[in-house]
Amino acid sequence: MTTTPSALHGSSPGSSPDSGSPPGPGQPPDSLLDVRRVSLAFDGIHALDDVSFEVRRGEVCALIGPNGAGKSSMLNVVSGLYAAQQGEVRFEGQVLSGARELSRRGIARTFQNIALFRGMTVLENVALGSDFRARSTFLEQALRVGRAPREERRARDEAEVIIQLLDIAGHRDDVVGRLPYGLQKRVELARALSARPKLLLLDEPMAGMTFDEKRDMCRYLMDAHEKLGTTLVLIEHDLGVVMDLSDHVIVLDYGRKIADGSPEAVRADAAVVRAYVGSFET
Amino acid sequence: MSSDASVWQRAREPGAAKLSARVVVRAALVLAAAALLVALPLLVDDYVLSAILVPLLALSLAGIGQNLVTGYAGQLFVGAAAFMSVGAFAAYDVHLYLPSTPLLATFAAGGLVAAATGALFGLPSLRIRGFYLVVSTLAAQFFVEWLFTKVGWFSGNSSSGVITAPPLRIAGVSFSSPGGHYWLSLLIVAPLTLAAHNLVRGRIGRGWMAVRDMETAAAVVGVPVRASKLLAFAIGSFYCGVAGALWAFAYLGTVEPHGFDLDRSFQILFIVILGGLGSVAGTFLGAAFIVLFPIALDQAVAAVAGRSVDPGLLQNLEKVLFGALVILLLAKQPAGLARLVEIAWIRARRFAARYAPRSRS
Ligand SMILES: Nc1ncnc2c1ncn2[C@@H]1O[C@H](COP(=O)(O)OP(=O)(O)OP(=O)(O)O)[C@@H](O)[C@H]1O
Ligand SMILES: [Mg+2]
Repeated sequence: MTTTPSALHGSSPGSSPDSGSPPGPGQPPDSLLDVRRVSLAFDGIHALDDVSFEVRRGEVCALIGPNGAGKSSMLNVVSGLYAAQQGEVRFEGQVLSGARELSRRGIARTFQNIALFRGMTVLENVALGSDFRARSTFLEQALRVGRAPREERRARDEAEVIIQLLDIAGHRDDVVGRLPYGLQKRVELARALSARPKLLLLDEPMAGMTFDEKRDMCRYLMDAHEKLGTTLVLIEHDLGVVMDLSDHVIVLDYGRKIADGSPEAVRADAAVVRAYVGSFET
Repeated sequence: MSSDASVWQRAREPGAAKLSARVVVRAALVLAAAALLVALPLLVDDYVLSAILVPLLALSLAGIGQNLVTGYAGQLFVGAAAFMSVGAFAAYDVHLYLPSTPLLATFAAGGLVAAATGALFGLPSLRIRGFYLVVSTLAAQFFVEWLFTKVGWFSGNSSSGVITAPPLRIAGVSFSSPGGHYWLSLLIVAPLTLAAHNLVRGRIGRGWMAVRDMETAAAVVGVPVRASKLLAFAIGSFYCGVAGALWAFAYLGTVEPHGFDLDRSFQILFIVILGGLGSVAGTFLGAAFIVLFPIALDQAVAAVAGRSVDPGLLQNLEKVLFGALVILLLAKQPAGLARLVEIAWIRARRFAARYAPRSRS
């Protein structure tokens, strides 16, 4: 799959994304993620209420909304950690069923409260991101024969590439649990990227960061997006960042989707302005 | 595949192998250590071989098994001795009922039967964890002890109740001297240690640690969580099983179920906690501590008080002092002896780096 930069930004001449008329009876060719009428409730609390949306291949899609709107729940449903009571999630036209097949299907994610392997080094964490590709058996690994040595070298080399891309080479052999918060966020991104996912789900990748850290993080995300051709879905509270990065914005409020469109359209939407009283004035 | 190829290749350089002086020095050190280990029976007396080194190697091997399950895969369990017991009896039974089986094959059989048993008793780990898992793994301890005491078939229905371990011969070469016991132990423990090292440094080991550190994230990055846990139990029990056979054949010269009781299981667990959870090398340090401490104390007391100390008193003193030392160590360095040695090593190198240039100039 070769992706050209123009296709990445959804501005290729062939398909007009806003026309709403798919070419065939099935999926539009560039639909990567398709969330259909998903509802999720926790003991009576409707975290998600009949939410549908699509994410096109190559776009940067932001998922925004006030606290408790259901954004994290949405990502958890997509990644199979929560089972929706209703609706389904399709990825490349196929239903997604559970967290276990996530990496193999080409989806990686980060978590709102960092979910790194705290007792392991940065390199090991990042290598784990791509380990799912390896095929060697435990005997091959125990004896260092067959596919094992080759795969191990490959895993480490690939981890190294990502480590360089995200400027964390200085911390390669540090135990992750002892790193400062901002760096941990970056290591988590590195682990997700080393899977070379088609779709990357990011739950508040910049939360709690300083201005400089945020700017760096934006650059890493755009690097991944442009150089690796990764489609991004990100949850973010900083509307400046959202308007800057994304091609497509989806707004959730009390578990319902209240807006879905280009950043400009969403910004002008009355319902969104109501949900975000005053937030846009800055 | 094409547009990003350059990006993926850019960082190959740092990973490229450098055959530096350091690598050569390291290889030389490893070779020297290996030579020393092999030549040890020529340097020390029989007492050191049979009362210290052979049990040390067997306990270390069991400790590695426990460490794979608890230190790496994060599954708390008490009952390593049960799998040692299974290994010892299975190896003995293979020898008893299939007398032509080569010695090393009986060890392997002991390990494999223990592995199957371990995977079985590891099944609860798919549902429960922590304290509850400890309790459920204790079931193995009591069940196995009961089984081997009650069912005579396992001990060949011997009327005297005493089982004699098979003669230790490999391809016609006898390993029956104290030095032979040691070499046999080394022959088994060294490759298995290397294999464990390979496993924990590779994908399987990373998967285990991922399960230990955060199960949800492990599943999301594609680690097969359940399979990883069961594999840890199976491989860990394999190590315990071979260790049990070694303990019975090379150290005790007999097989008996009560040698593998709950005390032994706690001993193995202590070895791992003392040595360092998640450190293969640390396991040997832990085992050395456990084996050497009572001997050292014995000698110290004998030196101070002469030969007149009551053995009962000595045993109690040993327990108290041992407990105090363990608490002190874990309070000062929860990561165990492995970390302690690592820190000492780093300090020594820093010290050397600071003073070496000055002494040369
Ligand atoms: N595991 C859970 N158990 C019970 N309730 C939950 C659970 N996860 C989420 N919820 C509830 O679902 C609703 C949506 O939560 P969610 O975490 O998805 O919001 P969010 O949009 O990510 O908010 P924030 O911006 O604060 O992260 C909240 O009312 C929350 O309390
Ligand atoms: Mg959230």
